[in-house]
Amino acid sequence: MSTGPQTDKKKNAAASRLEAVLRAGIFAVTAEIGPPKHADGTRIRRLAAELKEYSDAQNLTDNQTAVVRLCSLAAAVHVLQAGGDPVLQMTTRDRNRIALQSDLLGAASLGIRNVLCLSGDHQRFGNHPEAKGVFDLDSVQLTAAVRRMRDEGLFLCGEEIKAPPRVFIGAVENPFAGPVELRVLRLGKKIAAGAEFIQTQVVYDVPAFSEWMAAVRAAGWHKRAFILAGVIPPKSDRAIRYMSRVPGITVPDELIRRMERAADPLGEGRRIALEIIRQLRDIEGVSGVHIMAVNWEDVVPELVAEAGLYPRPRISTTQGGGDSDAAGH
Amino acid sequence: MILARPRQVSSILAGLGGARRLAVIGCQECVTVCQAGGRKEVSCLAHLLRIAGLKEGLPLMVTEATVARQCDTAYLAPLDPLVEQVEACISLGCGVGVQFIAERYPGVPVIPGVDTVGGGGTTAPGVWEERCAMCGECVLDQTAGICPVTRCAKSLLNGPCGGSSGGMCEVDPDLPCAWEMIYRRMKERKSLDDLRSIRPPKNWVSSRSGGLRRVIREDAMR
Repeated sequence: MSTGPQTDKKKNAAASRLEAVLRAGIFAVTAEIGPPKHADGTRIRRLAAELKEYSDAQNLTDNQTAVVRLCSLAAAVHVLQAGGDPVLQMTTRDRNRIALQSDLLGAASLGIRNVLCLSGDHQRFGNHPEAKGVFDLDSVQLTAAVRRMRDEGLFLCGEEIKAPPRVFIGAVENPFAGPVELRVLRLGKKIAAGAEFIQTQVVYDVPAFSEWMAAVRAAGWHKRAFILAGVIPPKSDRAIRYMSRVPGITVPDELIRRMERAADPLGEGRRIALEIIRQLRDIEGVSGVHIMAVNWEDVVPELVAEAGLYPRPRISTTQGGGDSDAAGH
Repeated sequence: MILARPRQVSSILAGLGGARRLAVIGCQECVTVCQAGGRKEVSCLAHLLRIAGLKEGLPLMVTEATVARQCDTAYLAPLDPLVEQVEACISLGCGVGVQFIAERYPGVPVIPGVDTVGGGGTTAPGVWEERCAMCGECVLDQTAGICPVTRCAKSLLNGPCGGSSGGMCEVDPDLPCAWEMIYRRMKERKSLDDLRSIRPPKNWVSSRSGGLRRVIREDAMR
Protein backbone atom coordinates (compact mmCIF):
# COMPACT_ATOMS: atom_id res chain seq x y z
CA MET A 1 0.00 0.00 0.00
CA SER A 2 1.43 3.31 -1.01
CA THR A 3 1.69 6.09 1.52
CA GLY A 4 3.69 8.67 -0.29
CA PRO A 5 3.93 12.35 0.42
CA GLN A 6 0.54 13.96 0.75
CA THR A 7 -0.65 16.35 -1.90
CA ASP A 8 0.07 19.90 -0.97
CA LYS A 9 -3.20 21.64 -1.72
CA LYS A 10 -1.47 24.96 -2.10
CA LYS A 11 0.82 23.59 -4.76
CA ASN A 12 0.12 24.52 -8.34
CA ALA A 13 -0.97 21.92 -10.85
CA ALA A 14 1.36 19.00 -11.24
CA ALA A 15 4.16 19.56 -13.72
CA SER A 16 3.79 16.12 -15.28
CA ARG A 17 1.54 13.09 -15.53
CA LEU A 18 3.94 11.23 -13.23
CA GLU A 19 3.67 13.94 -10.60
CA ALA A 20 -0.13 13.99 -10.86
CA VAL A 21 -0.35 10.21 -10.45
CA LEU A 22 1.96 10.21 -7.44
CA ARG A 23 0.27 13.17 -5.77
CA ALA A 24 -3.08 11.46 -6.25
CA GLY A 25 -1.72 8.67 -4.07
CA ILE A 26 -1.77 6.11 -6.87
CA PHE A 27 0.92 3.42 -6.95
CA ALA A 28 2.98 4.59 -9.92
CA VAL A 29 4.68 2.66 -12.69
CA THR A 30 7.56 4.08 -14.66
CA ALA A 31 9.40 2.28 -17.43
CA GLU A 32 12.79 2.74 -18.99
CA ILE A 33 13.79 3.16 -22.60
CA GLY A 34 17.44 2.85 -23.52
CA PRO A 35 18.16 5.01 -26.57
CA PRO A 36 19.96 3.27 -29.44
CA LYS A 37 23.58 3.55 -30.54
CA HIS A 38 22.48 5.10 -33.83
CA ALA A 39 20.53 7.99 -35.27
CA ASP A 40 17.16 6.34 -35.85
CA GLY A 41 14.45 7.16 -33.33
CA THR A 42 11.80 4.83 -34.74
CA ARG A 43 12.14 2.21 -32.01
CA ILE A 44 11.98 4.83 -29.24
CA ARG A 45 8.69 6.13 -30.63
CA ARG A 46 7.32 2.61 -31.05
CA LEU A 47 8.27 1.65 -27.50
CA ALA A 48 6.93 4.90 -26.09
CA ALA A 49 3.60 4.39 -27.85
CA GLU A 50 3.39 0.91 -26.36
CA LEU A 51 4.71 1.74 -22.89
CA LYS A 52 2.59 4.85 -22.34
CA GLU A 53 -0.43 2.57 -21.90
CA TYR A 54 1.32 0.55 -19.21
CA SER A 55 3.40 3.16 -17.41
CA ASP A 56 2.85 6.69 -16.15
CA ALA A 57 6.21 7.97 -17.36
CA GLN A 58 9.13 6.70 -19.40
CA ASN A 59 12.76 7.23 -18.44
CA LEU A 60 15.31 8.01 -21.13
CA THR A 61 18.78 7.03 -20.03
CA ASP A 62 21.68 9.41 -20.55
CA ASN A 63 24.43 7.44 -22.30
CA GLN A 64 23.80 4.50 -20.02
CA THR A 65 26.90 2.69 -18.75
CA ALA A 66 28.89 5.47 -20.39
CA VAL A 67 28.25 4.07 -23.86
CA VAL A 68 27.56 6.67 -26.54
CA ARG A 69 23.90 6.63 -27.50
CA LEU A 70 21.29 8.90 -28.98
CA CYS A 71 21.05 11.66 -26.37
CA SER A 72 18.38 11.50 -23.70
CA LEU A 73 17.04 14.93 -24.60
CA ALA A 74 16.32 13.94 -28.20
CA ALA A 75 14.99 10.57 -27.03
CA ALA A 76 12.64 12.39 -24.65
CA VAL A 77 11.31 14.43 -27.58
CA HIS A 78 10.57 11.19 -29.45
CA VAL A 79 8.63 10.02 -26.39
CA LEU A 80 6.71 13.29 -26.27
CA GLN A 81 5.82 12.93 -29.95
CA ALA A 82 4.52 9.44 -29.22
CA GLY A 83 2.30 10.81 -26.46
CA GLY A 84 4.34 9.61 -23.48
CA ASP A 85 5.54 11.47 -20.38
CA PRO A 86 9.32 11.42 -20.60
CA VAL A 87 11.68 11.41 -17.63
CA LEU A 88 14.86 13.06 -18.87
CA GLN A 89 17.90 11.52 -17.20
CA MET A 90 20.83 13.90 -16.82
CA THR A 91 24.25 12.79 -15.67
CA THR A 92 27.02 15.06 -14.46
CA ARG A 93 29.62 12.81 -16.11
CA ASP A 94 29.49 14.33 -19.59
CA ARG A 95 28.38 17.92 -19.10
CA ASN A 96 29.38 20.85 -16.95
CA ARG A 97 27.07 23.29 -15.19
CA ILE A 98 26.74 25.41 -18.33
CA ALA A 99 25.56 22.54 -20.52
CA LEU A 100 23.32 20.99 -17.84
CA GLN A 101 21.43 24.22 -17.17
CA SER A 102 21.20 24.87 -20.89
CA ASP A 103 19.81 21.39 -21.60
CA LEU A 104 17.25 21.79 -18.84
CA LEU A 105 15.98 25.04 -20.38
CA GLY A 106 15.79 23.34 -23.76
CA ALA A 107 14.00 20.30 -22.37
CA ALA A 108 11.45 22.41 -20.50
CA SER A 109 10.85 24.53 -23.59
CA LEU A 110 9.95 21.36 -25.51
CA GLY A 111 7.47 20.21 -22.89
CA ILE A 112 9.62 17.70 -21.02
CA ARG A 113 8.32 17.80 -17.45
CA ASN A 114 10.34 15.25 -15.49
CA VAL A 115 14.06 15.29 -14.91
CA LEU A 116 16.21 12.75 -13.09
CA CYS A 117 19.54 13.97 -11.71
CA LEU A 118 22.41 11.51 -11.39
CA SER A 119 26.18 11.38 -11.57
CA GLY A 120 26.22 8.53 -14.09
CA ASP A 121 28.30 5.40 -14.45
CA HIS A 122 32.00 6.16 -14.56
CA GLN A 123 33.31 6.54 -18.11
CA ARG A 124 35.66 3.61 -17.54
CA PHE A 125 32.70 1.23 -18.01
CA GLY A 126 31.75 2.54 -21.41
CA ASN A 127 33.00 2.39 -24.96
CA HIS A 128 35.27 5.41 -24.52
CA PRO A 129 37.11 4.52 -21.30
CA GLU A 130 39.83 7.08 -22.05
CA ALA A 131 37.36 9.98 -22.02
CA LYS A 132 37.75 12.80 -19.52
CA GLY A 133 34.88 12.69 -17.06
CA VAL A 134 33.46 16.12 -16.36
CA PHE A 135 31.92 15.87 -12.88
CA ASP A 136 31.87 19.65 -12.55
CA LEU A 137 28.82 19.13 -10.31
CA ASP A 138 27.72 16.08 -8.39
CA SER A 139 24.17 14.73 -8.42
CA VAL A 140 23.20 16.54 -5.21
CA GLN A 141 24.43 19.84 -6.62
CA LEU A 142 22.63 19.22 -9.92
CA THR A 143 19.40 18.48 -8.04
CA ALA A 144 19.78 21.72 -6.09
CA ALA A 145 20.54 23.62 -9.28
CA VAL A 146 17.38 22.34 -11.00
CA ARG A 147 15.26 23.25 -8.00
CA ARG A 148 16.82 26.70 -7.82
CA MET A 149 16.13 27.28 -11.52
CA ARG A 150 12.52 26.18 -11.11
CA ASP A 151 11.55 27.67 -7.75
CA GLU A 152 13.73 30.75 -7.52
CA GLY A 153 14.07 31.42 -11.24
CA LEU A 154 17.83 31.71 -10.87
CA PHE A 155 20.82 30.16 -12.60
CA LEU A 156 23.62 28.79 -10.44
CA CYS A 157 25.46 32.07 -10.96
CA GLY A 158 22.54 33.98 -9.48
CA GLU A 159 21.31 35.51 -12.72
CA GLU A 160 17.57 35.61 -13.24
CA ILE A 161 15.69 33.27 -15.60
CA LYS A 162 12.84 35.08 -17.32
CA ALA A 163 10.81 31.92 -17.96
CA PRO A 164 11.88 29.30 -15.39
CA PRO A 165 11.62 25.61 -16.30
CA ARG A 166 8.60 23.75 -14.88
CA VAL A 167 9.73 20.24 -14.00
CA PHE A 168 9.14 17.44 -11.53
CA ILE A 169 12.53 16.72 -9.97
CA GLY A 170 13.88 13.24 -9.38
CA ALA A 171 17.06 11.64 -8.14
CA VAL A 172 18.35 8.11 -7.67
CA GLU A 173 19.56 6.14 -4.69
CA ASN A 174 21.16 2.75 -4.30
CA PRO A 175 19.96 1.08 -1.10
CA PHE A 176 22.53 -1.70 -1.50
CA ALA A 177 25.79 0.19 -2.00
CA GLY A 178 27.21 0.24 1.46
CA PRO A 179 26.15 1.11 4.97
CA VAL A 180 22.40 1.69 5.25
CA GLU A 181 22.95 4.73 7.44
CA LEU A 182 25.14 6.36 4.79
CA ARG A 183 22.65 5.52 2.02
CA VAL A 184 19.76 7.03 3.96
CA LEU A 185 21.82 10.09 4.80
CA ARG A 186 22.60 10.59 1.13
CA LEU A 187 18.97 10.10 0.14
CA GLY A 188 18.14 12.80 2.66
CA LYS A 189 20.65 15.13 1.06
CA LYS A 190 19.07 14.62 -2.34
CA ILE A 191 15.60 15.26 -0.97
CA ALA A 192 16.80 18.32 0.94
CA ALA A 193 18.38 19.52 -2.31
CA GLY A 194 15.02 19.31 -4.08
CA ALA A 195 14.33 15.75 -5.22
CA GLU A 196 10.58 15.08 -5.19
CA PHE A 197 10.74 11.53 -6.49
CA ILE A 198 13.42 8.88 -6.09
CA GLN A 199 14.04 5.92 -8.37
CA THR A 200 16.15 3.24 -6.74
CA GLN A 201 18.73 0.82 -8.05
CA VAL A 202 17.25 -2.54 -9.01
CA VAL A 203 15.82 -4.53 -6.11
CA TYR A 204 16.48 -8.28 -6.07
CA ASP A 205 17.29 -8.49 -2.38
CA VAL A 206 13.91 -7.53 -0.92
CA PRO A 207 14.90 -8.04 2.75
CA ALA A 208 17.86 -5.67 2.35
CA PHE A 209 15.60 -3.18 0.59
CA SER A 210 13.05 -3.47 3.41
CA GLU A 211 15.78 -2.74 5.93
CA TRP A 212 16.74 0.39 4.00
CA MET A 213 13.09 1.45 3.72
CA ALA A 214 12.68 1.05 7.47
CA ALA A 215 15.56 3.45 7.97
CA VAL A 216 14.07 5.78 5.34
CA ARG A 217 10.76 5.78 7.20
CA ALA A 218 12.49 6.33 10.53
CA ALA A 219 14.06 9.45 9.04
CA GLY A 220 10.72 10.49 7.56
CA TRP A 221 12.06 10.81 4.01
CA HIS A 222 9.18 8.76 2.53
CA LYS A 223 6.92 11.65 3.51
CA ARG A 224 9.08 14.17 1.71
CA ALA A 225 9.56 12.36 -1.60
CA PHE A 226 7.94 9.56 -3.59
CA ILE A 227 10.09 6.44 -3.67
CA LEU A 228 9.88 4.20 -6.73
CA ALA A 229 11.68 0.88 -6.37
CA GLY A 230 13.73 -0.37 -9.31
CA VAL A 231 12.75 -3.66 -10.95
CA ILE A 232 14.60 -5.51 -13.71
CA PRO A 233 13.01 -8.74 -14.90
CA PRO A 234 15.91 -11.16 -15.49
CA LYS A 235 15.84 -12.45 -19.05
CA SER A 236 18.24 -15.38 -18.58
CA ASP A 237 20.63 -16.93 -16.07
CA ARG A 238 23.44 -15.10 -17.85
CA ALA A 239 21.63 -11.78 -17.43
CA ILE A 240 21.08 -12.20 -13.71
CA ARG A 241 24.66 -13.38 -13.15
CA TYR A 242 25.83 -10.28 -15.02
CA MET A 243 23.62 -8.11 -12.79
CA SER A 244 25.09 -9.74 -9.69
CA ARG A 245 28.55 -8.57 -10.80
CA VAL A 246 27.54 -4.95 -11.36
CA PRO A 247 29.02 -2.82 -8.56
CA GLY A 248 26.36 -1.88 -6.03
CA ILE A 249 23.84 -4.58 -7.01
CA THR A 250 23.13 -7.55 -4.78
CA VAL A 251 21.37 -10.64 -6.10
CA PRO A 252 20.39 -13.46 -3.73
CA ASP A 253 21.92 -16.80 -4.83
CA GLU A 254 18.47 -18.39 -4.78
CA LEU A 255 17.33 -16.15 -7.67
CA ILE A 256 20.40 -17.08 -9.72
CA ARG A 257 19.72 -20.76 -9.04
CA ARG A 258 16.09 -20.37 -10.04
CA MET A 259 17.08 -18.83 -13.35
CA GLU A 260 19.68 -21.56 -13.93
CA ARG A 261 17.12 -24.30 -13.30
CA ALA A 262 14.33 -22.70 -15.31
CA ALA A 263 13.07 -24.64 -18.32
CA ASP A 264 11.46 -21.42 -19.53
CA PRO A 265 13.85 -18.63 -18.51
CA LEU A 266 11.66 -15.82 -19.86
CA GLY A 267 8.67 -17.09 -17.92
CA GLU A 268 10.76 -17.55 -14.77
CA GLY A 269 12.24 -14.06 -15.13
CA ARG A 270 8.76 -12.61 -15.41
CA ARG A 271 7.61 -14.60 -12.36
CA ILE A 272 10.55 -13.35 -10.31
CA ALA A 273 9.83 -9.74 -11.29
CA LEU A 274 6.16 -10.22 -10.47
CA GLU A 275 6.94 -11.64 -7.02
CA ILE A 276 9.29 -8.76 -6.32
CA ILE A 277 6.71 -6.16 -7.43
CA ARG A 278 4.11 -7.75 -5.12
CA GLN A 279 6.53 -7.68 -2.19
CA LEU A 280 7.50 -4.09 -2.92
CA ARG A 281 3.88 -2.95 -2.94
CA ASP A 282 3.52 -4.21 0.62
CA ILE A 283 6.39 -2.09 1.89
CA GLU A 284 5.22 1.09 3.54
CA GLY A 285 6.63 4.18 1.87
CA VAL A 286 7.08 2.66 -1.58
CA SER A 287 5.06 4.83 -3.97
CA GLY A 288 5.68 2.93 -7.18
CA VAL A 289 7.96 0.76 -9.25
CA HIS A 290 10.44 1.72 -11.91
CA ILE A 291 10.73 -1.14 -14.42
CA MET A 292 14.04 -1.13 -16.25
CA ALA A 293 13.54 -3.87 -18.83
CA VAL A 294 16.13 -2.53 -21.22
CA ASN A 295 16.41 -4.85 -24.25
CA TRP A 296 13.27 -6.59 -23.04
CA GLU A 297 10.81 -3.71 -23.05
CA ASP A 298 8.15 -6.00 -24.55
CA VAL A 299 7.80 -7.68 -21.15
CA VAL A 300 6.50 -4.52 -19.47
CA PRO A 301 2.85 -4.72 -20.63
CA GLU A 302 2.30 -8.30 -19.45
CA LEU A 303 4.23 -7.67 -16.25
CA VAL A 304 2.18 -4.59 -15.40
CA ALA A 305 -1.07 -6.36 -16.30
CA GLU A 306 -0.18 -9.47 -14.28
CA ALA A 307 0.78 -7.32 -11.31
CA GLY A 308 -2.70 -5.82 -11.35
CA LEU A 309 -1.36 -2.39 -12.22
CA TYR A 310 -3.28 -2.08 -15.50
CA PRO A 311 -5.01 0.01 -16.71
CA ARG A 312 -2.99 3.04 -15.71
CA PRO A 313 -4.99 5.99 -14.47
CA ARG A 314 -6.08 8.52 -17.06
CA ILE A 315 -5.03 11.60 -15.27
CA SER A 316 -4.37 15.07 -16.51
CA THR A 317 -1.76 17.35 -15.08
CA THR A 318 -4.26 20.09 -14.35
CA GLN A 319 -6.41 18.09 -11.94
CA GLY A 320 -5.19 16.92 -8.59
CA GLY A 321 -6.88 13.54 -8.46
CA GLY A 322 -6.95 10.24 -10.25
CA ASP A 323 -9.62 8.07 -11.77
CA SER A 324 -11.40 5.62 -9.58
CA ASP A 325 -10.36 2.79 -11.88
CA ALA A 326 -6.75 3.40 -10.93
CA ALA A 327 -4.83 0.24 -10.34
CA GLY A 328 -3.60 -0.32 -6.86
CA HIS A 329 -6.59 1.36 -5.25
CA MET B 1 55.99 14.74 -2.87
CA ILE B 2 55.40 14.61 -6.60
CA LEU B 3 54.85 11.04 -7.77
CA ALA B 4 56.22 9.87 -11.10
CA ARG B 5 56.77 6.58 -12.85
CA PRO B 6 59.48 5.73 -15.40
CA ARG B 7 58.49 5.85 -19.05
CA GLN B 8 59.19 2.99 -21.43
CA VAL B 9 62.67 3.19 -22.98
CA SER B 10 61.07 2.64 -26.39
CA SER B 11 58.96 5.79 -26.09
CA ILE B 12 62.00 7.78 -24.95
CA LEU B 13 63.96 6.49 -27.96
CA ALA B 14 61.05 7.40 -30.23
CA GLY B 15 61.29 11.00 -29.05
CA LEU B 16 65.00 11.40 -29.80
CA GLY B 17 64.64 12.26 -33.46
CA GLY B 18 68.17 12.09 -34.88
CA ALA B 19 69.91 13.08 -31.65
CA ARG B 20 72.94 10.95 -30.83
CA ARG B 21 74.65 12.96 -28.06
CA LEU B 22 72.37 12.89 -25.03
CA ALA B 23 72.27 14.06 -21.43
CA VAL B 24 70.15 12.12 -18.93
CA ILE B 25 69.40 14.46 -16.05
CA GLY B 26 68.03 13.31 -12.72
CA CYS B 27 66.67 15.16 -9.70
CA GLN B 28 67.43 14.51 -6.03
CA GLU B 29 63.99 15.50 -4.79
CA CYS B 30 60.64 13.68 -5.13
CA VAL B 31 61.58 11.48 -8.08
CA THR B 32 64.52 10.13 -6.10
CA VAL B 33 62.19 9.17 -3.26
CA CYS B 34 59.69 7.46 -5.56
CA GLN B 35 62.58 5.76 -7.39
CA ALA B 36 61.77 7.14 -10.81
CA GLY B 37 64.39 9.78 -11.48
CA GLY B 38 67.25 9.81 -8.98
CA ARG B 39 70.94 9.16 -9.57
CA LYS B 40 70.37 5.39 -9.67
CA GLU B 41 67.61 5.64 -12.26
CA VAL B 42 69.69 8.04 -14.35
CA SER B 43 72.51 5.51 -14.50
CA CYS B 44 70.10 2.70 -15.30
CA LEU B 45 68.40 4.57 -18.15
CA ALA B 46 71.76 5.73 -19.56
CA HIS B 47 72.93 2.11 -19.78
CA LEU B 48 69.68 0.99 -21.39
CA LEU B 49 69.97 3.76 -23.97
CA ARG B 50 73.56 2.86 -24.80
CA ILE B 51 72.60 -0.80 -25.22
CA ALA B 52 69.60 0.11 -27.36
CA GLY B 53 71.81 2.32 -29.53
CA LEU B 54 74.34 -0.48 -30.02
CA LYS B 55 71.55 -2.90 -30.94
CA GLU B 56 70.33 -0.44 -33.56
CA GLY B 57 73.88 0.04 -34.86
CA LEU B 58 73.69 3.71 -33.89
CA PRO B 59 75.96 4.31 -30.91
CA LEU B 60 74.56 6.93 -28.54
CA MET B 61 76.86 9.17 -26.45
CA VAL B 62 75.04 9.41 -23.14
CA THR B 63 76.20 11.68 -20.31
CA GLU B 64 74.71 11.43 -16.82
CA ALA B 65 73.97 14.25 -14.41
CA THR B 66 71.76 14.68 -11.37
CA VAL B 67 70.93 18.04 -9.81
CA ALA B 68 69.63 18.88 -6.36
CA ARG B 69 66.33 20.25 -7.69
CA GLN B 70 65.20 20.61 -11.29
CA CYS B 71 62.30 22.86 -10.25
CA ASP B 72 64.67 25.58 -9.07
CA THR B 73 66.65 27.50 -11.72
CA ALA B 74 69.44 28.19 -9.24
CA TYR B 75 70.37 24.50 -9.33
CA LEU B 76 70.37 24.21 -13.12
CA ALA B 77 73.37 26.47 -13.83
CA PRO B 78 75.95 23.66 -13.34
CA LEU B 79 74.30 21.87 -16.30
CA ASP B 80 75.21 24.66 -18.74
CA PRO B 81 78.58 23.28 -19.98
CA LEU B 82 77.13 19.77 -20.29
CA VAL B 83 74.00 20.76 -22.21
CA GLU B 84 76.15 22.78 -24.63
CA GLN B 85 77.73 19.49 -25.72
CA VAL B 86 74.52 17.51 -26.37
CA GLU B 87 71.79 17.34 -29.02
CA ALA B 88 68.96 16.39 -26.63
CA CYS B 89 68.25 16.12 -22.91
CA ILE B 90 66.22 13.46 -21.16
CA SER B 91 64.87 14.82 -17.89
CA LEU B 92 63.92 12.38 -15.16
CA GLY B 93 62.45 15.21 -13.13
CA CYS B 94 58.72 15.65 -12.85
CA GLY B 95 56.88 17.71 -15.49
CA VAL B 96 58.05 20.83 -13.70
CA GLY B 97 61.70 19.85 -14.04
CA VAL B 98 61.29 18.98 -17.72
CA GLN B 99 59.87 22.43 -18.38
CA PHE B 100 62.42 24.33 -16.30
CA ILE B 101 65.22 22.63 -18.25
CA ALA B 102 63.44 23.33 -21.54
CA GLU B 103 63.05 26.99 -20.55
CA ARG B 104 66.73 27.31 -19.69
CA TYR B 105 67.89 25.61 -22.91
CA PRO B 106 65.26 26.58 -25.50
CA GLY B 107 67.44 25.35 -28.39
CA VAL B 108 67.73 21.81 -27.05
CA PRO B 109 64.89 19.24 -27.21
CA VAL B 110 64.01 17.91 -23.75
CA ILE B 111 62.35 14.50 -23.56
CA PRO B 112 60.46 13.53 -20.40
CA GLY B 113 61.87 10.31 -18.93
CA VAL B 114 59.02 9.88 -16.44
CA ASP B 115 55.25 10.26 -16.39
CA THR B 116 54.20 12.56 -13.57
CA VAL B 117 51.23 11.28 -11.62
CA GLY B 118 50.35 13.71 -8.85
CA GLY B 119 51.00 14.58 -5.23
CA GLY B 120 51.27 11.67 -2.86
CA GLY B 121 53.39 9.59 -0.56
CA THR B 122 54.63 6.13 0.35
CA THR B 123 52.01 3.75 1.75
CA ALA B 124 54.06 0.53 1.71
CA PRO B 125 57.50 -0.47 0.41
CA GLY B 126 57.36 0.05 -3.34
CA VAL B 127 53.88 1.59 -3.23
CA TRP B 128 53.21 5.29 -3.66
CA GLU B 129 49.68 6.66 -3.58
CA GLU B 130 48.22 9.91 -4.74
CA ARG B 131 46.70 11.99 -1.99
CA CYS B 132 46.38 15.46 -3.49
CA ALA B 133 45.00 16.48 -6.89
CA MET B 134 46.30 20.01 -6.30
CA CYS B 135 42.90 21.55 -7.00
CA GLY B 136 43.89 24.83 -5.41
CA GLU B 137 40.92 24.96 -3.00
CA CYS B 138 41.33 22.61 -0.05
CA VAL B 139 38.25 20.89 1.36
CA LEU B 140 40.04 18.59 3.81
CA ASP B 141 38.73 20.44 6.85
CA GLN B 142 35.20 19.51 5.75
CA THR B 143 35.88 15.89 4.84
CA ALA B 144 37.60 14.51 7.91
CA GLY B 145 41.03 14.85 6.31
CA ILE B 146 40.27 12.52 3.37
CA CYS B 147 40.32 14.18 -0.05
CA PRO B 148 37.27 13.37 -2.19
CA VAL B 149 38.58 15.41 -5.12
CA THR B 150 41.56 13.06 -5.35
CA ARG B 151 40.30 9.79 -3.95
CA CYS B 152 36.78 9.64 -5.42
CA ALA B 153 36.83 8.62 -9.09
CA LYS B 154 34.10 11.18 -9.75
CA SER B 155 35.46 13.84 -7.35
CA LEU B 156 32.03 13.99 -5.72
CA LEU B 157 31.58 16.44 -2.88
CA ASN B 158 28.33 15.30 -1.27
CA GLY B 159 28.77 11.64 -0.53
CA PRO B 160 29.25 8.42 -2.45
CA CYS B 161 27.77 7.51 -5.82
CA GLY B 162 25.61 4.44 -6.27
CA GLY B 163 28.41 2.28 -7.55
CA SER B 164 30.42 1.49 -4.46
CA SER B 165 30.34 -2.14 -3.43
CA GLY B 166 31.46 -3.48 -0.08
CA GLY B 167 33.24 -0.23 0.60
CA MET B 168 35.12 -0.34 -2.69
CA CYS B 169 34.99 1.99 -5.69
CA GLU B 170 33.12 1.00 -8.83
CA VAL B 171 36.10 1.71 -11.07
CA ASP B 172 38.50 -0.56 -9.22
CA PRO B 173 37.66 -3.27 -6.67
CA ASP B 174 41.03 -2.62 -4.99
CA LEU B 175 40.23 1.06 -4.48
CA PRO B 176 38.45 2.02 -1.26
CA CYS B 177 35.41 4.25 -1.75
CA ALA B 178 36.56 7.67 -0.54
CA TRP B 179 33.12 8.59 0.78
CA GLU B 180 32.76 5.43 2.75
CA MET B 181 36.15 6.23 4.32
CA ILE B 182 35.00 9.76 5.07
CA TYR B 183 31.73 8.46 6.52
CA ARG B 184 33.52 6.00 8.82
CA ARG B 185 35.98 8.58 10.06
CA MET B 186 33.22 11.12 10.70
CA LYS B 187 31.22 8.48 12.55
CA GLU B 188 34.27 7.75 14.67
CA ARG B 189 34.65 11.45 15.39
CA LYS B 190 30.91 11.79 16.02
CA SER B 191 30.75 14.49 13.35
CA LEU B 192 28.30 12.92 10.87
CA ASP B 193 26.43 16.22 10.69
CA ASP B 194 29.32 17.50 8.59
CA LEU B 195 28.25 14.94 6.00
CA ARG B 196 24.61 16.05 6.10
CA SER B 197 25.31 19.61 4.99
CA ILE B 198 25.11 20.13 1.24
CA ARG B 199 28.38 21.33 -0.21
CA PRO B 200 27.82 23.83 -3.04
CA PRO B 201 29.39 23.47 -6.49
CA LYS B 202 33.14 23.77 -6.34
CA ASN B 203 35.02 26.68 -7.81
CA TRP B 204 37.23 24.89 -10.31
CA VAL B 205 38.95 28.13 -11.38
CA SER B 206 41.66 27.42 -8.83
CA SER B 207 42.08 23.96 -10.37
CA ARG B 208 42.55 23.26 -14.08
CA SER B 209 39.99 25.75 -15.35
CA GLY B 210 41.66 29.09 -14.76
CA GLY B 211 44.87 28.87 -16.76
CA LEU B 212 48.32 28.91 -15.22
CA ARG B 213 48.22 29.09 -11.43
CA ARG B 214 50.65 31.29 -9.57
CA VAL B 215 51.60 31.70 -5.95
CA ILE B 216 52.96 35.19 -5.36
CA ARG B 217 54.29 36.23 -1.96
CA GLU B 218 55.79 39.65 -1.69
CA ASP B 219 57.29 38.81 1.69
CA ALA B 220 59.34 36.11 -0.03
CA MET B 221 60.61 38.39 -2.80
CA ARG B 222 63.27 40.05 -0.68
